[in-house]
Amino acid sequence: MPITLIRFFQHVTSWCMLFSNMLYWAFLSPFHGKKMRVNDLFRQMTLIGVRSISIVFLVMFFMGLVLAMQSAETLQKVGGLAMVGGLVAVAVMREIGPMLTAIVLAGRCGAAITAELGTMRVAEELDAMETMGLNPVHFLIVPRVLAMVIMAPCLTILGVFMAMFGGWLISVFCLDQDAFLYWRKAFELLALKDVYSGMIKSVVFATLVSNIACYFGFIVDGGAEGVGRSTTQSVVTSIVMIIASDCVLTAFFYFI
Amino acid sequence: MDASPQTSAETQPKSGPIGPDDVIVAEDVVKIYDGRRVLDGVNFRVKRGEILVIMGGSGCGKSTLLRQLIGLQQPEQGRIWIDGSEITRLTEEEFINVRRRFGVLFQSGALFNSMTVGDNVALPIREHYPNQPEMTVDIMVKMKLSLVGMTQFSHLKPAEISGGMKKRAALARALALDPKLLFCDEPTAGLDPTRVTEFDELTLKLCKDLGVTAVVVTHDMTSAFRIGTRMILLNKGKVWAVGTPAEIRAHPDPGVKRFINGDPESEVRQDADSYLQDILGES
Ligand SMILES: Nc1ncnc2c1ncn2[C@@H]1O[C@H](COP(=O)(O)OP(=O)(O)OP(=O)(O)O)[C@@H](O)[C@H]1O
Ligand SMILES: [Mg+2]
Repeated sequence: MPITLIRFFQHVTSWCMLFSNMLYWAFLSPFHGKKMRVNDLFRQMTLIGVRSISIVFLVMFFMGLVLAMQSAETLQKVGGLAMVGGLVAVAVMREIGPMLTAIVLAGRCGAAITAELGTMRVAEELDAMETMGLNPVHFLIVPRVLAMVIMAPCLTILGVFMAMFGGWLISVFCLDQDAFLYWRKAFELLALKDVYSGMIKSVVFATLVSNIACYFGFIVDGGAEGVGRSTTQSVVTSIVMIIASDCVLTAFFYFI
Repeated sequence: MDASPQTSAETQPKSGPIGPDDVIVAEDVVKIYDGRRVLDGVNFRVKRGEILVIMGGSGCGKSTLLRQLIGLQQPEQGRIWIDGSEITRLTEEEFINVRRRFGVLFQSGALFNSMTVGDNVALPIREHYPNQPEMTVDIMVKMKLSLVGMTQFSHLKPAEISGGMKKRAALARALALDPKLLFCDEPTAGLDPTRVTEFDELTLKLCKDLGVTAVVVTHDMTSAFRIGTRMILLNKGKVWAVGTPAEIRAHPDPGVKRFINGDPESEVRQDADSYLQDILGES
């Protein structure tokens, strides 16, 4: 048990060191004449953002259907079927949208990042990079982290609309509600705080997922097997951290 | 084979200021992996323009020694000077300036798999001289690739070329910035005899004409004696023998002789019992 604990704290400290290193290379080094690698950033934004749109749409669409049906049952009892739109909108914007998008990104892109960086570590590519005087954090981590942090809120917003569309389908075609009323209730109930708290969550989740993925890629040890092990660890840690930080953030927004 | 590393260590000056000609100096380098002393007090000096050949059995710590020299790992004990700076003390930023003078060829080649061979060679040039026009970079890449006979493959990805070709492309990349110091980990493994000779001639030419100092890890004795101006033989993390090729050839230790002649290590086993005891015995 003590050994597990020690190893856990070792991971936490080295993760924090990598994270601060990342912050330096992302935000301070451009002022010291180290140019941001814009081409790499756009490439990663395509890989992480654009290529994830379809799966985020799919997942969020089904989530909208489910939410509408689940809430309809209860709302029917109090005669509030018209509120389905508002409920779906608020639930998805504040909570389910950011979280589900982050989980999709962890499974789809986080795993890919860990596997890619881990394979580079095993093939001595990261060492080669270092001996050429190129900083792997600057070269590999910063574009990936920034790409995910930029793309996650965009994906979340798109996904929220998709979920609301799913809810609308149920509302109109199964619950016989007015097609226009659904949208009016939805935007009536959606407050500005819901939007910004959802966006802040999304940014925090993306920061965690991308940094965890890069960290587990960098520490790979022991060949192809090590890459597999690290990839699993990366996804599991990301998902746990998403939900844990969600709890903290929700409490924060609830009490302020 | 119990070697006495002391004799060899004593032939090297232990410490004191680094001489004007010393490019690489290692002093009492110790590296420990999980309690195992993989390098156990390694000392040597390399002068400008010399080719140091590191030899030794598989797993004796040659690649590990190289990793300490190029600063990828910090030794647990000991000091290393490269080109006048003590790299075991440098900060990351100071070290980058030393690294610009390096060319490193890894045992596995370590080409970037996401880029073509040409881009691999161009990468260090583009990064360290960002204002070069593409034309110049192109010409430099072609020159380096032609040194290793890889010009017509520059558009291929590393996954599409053979192991020996990867080694040659990696060598071209190591030479991209015209390094003053060249570190090669088994450069000739996987090459055909003609290519081995070509590599040897290339290394000799670089060192003679351009004053490059090279450290080459190799298992190939012919190649080692052809290029080496100074040799060290490692055994179980210690320096077993060190000296010029002539000194190594005339080394008194029978183990060293056996190693360079490639003779088998142990005598023919007498009977099945002692053989069993050997492999099952207290290890
Ligand atoms: N990351 C590591 N963790 C633990 N032990 C290691 C590690 N890397 C190398 N070793 C050990 O260090 C010793 C020396 O390894 P090294 O790679 O330097 O051998 P080598 O002399 O280059 O062998 P070869 O000629 O086969 O390349 C080996 O016994 C190996 O088990
Ligand atoms: Mg080796």
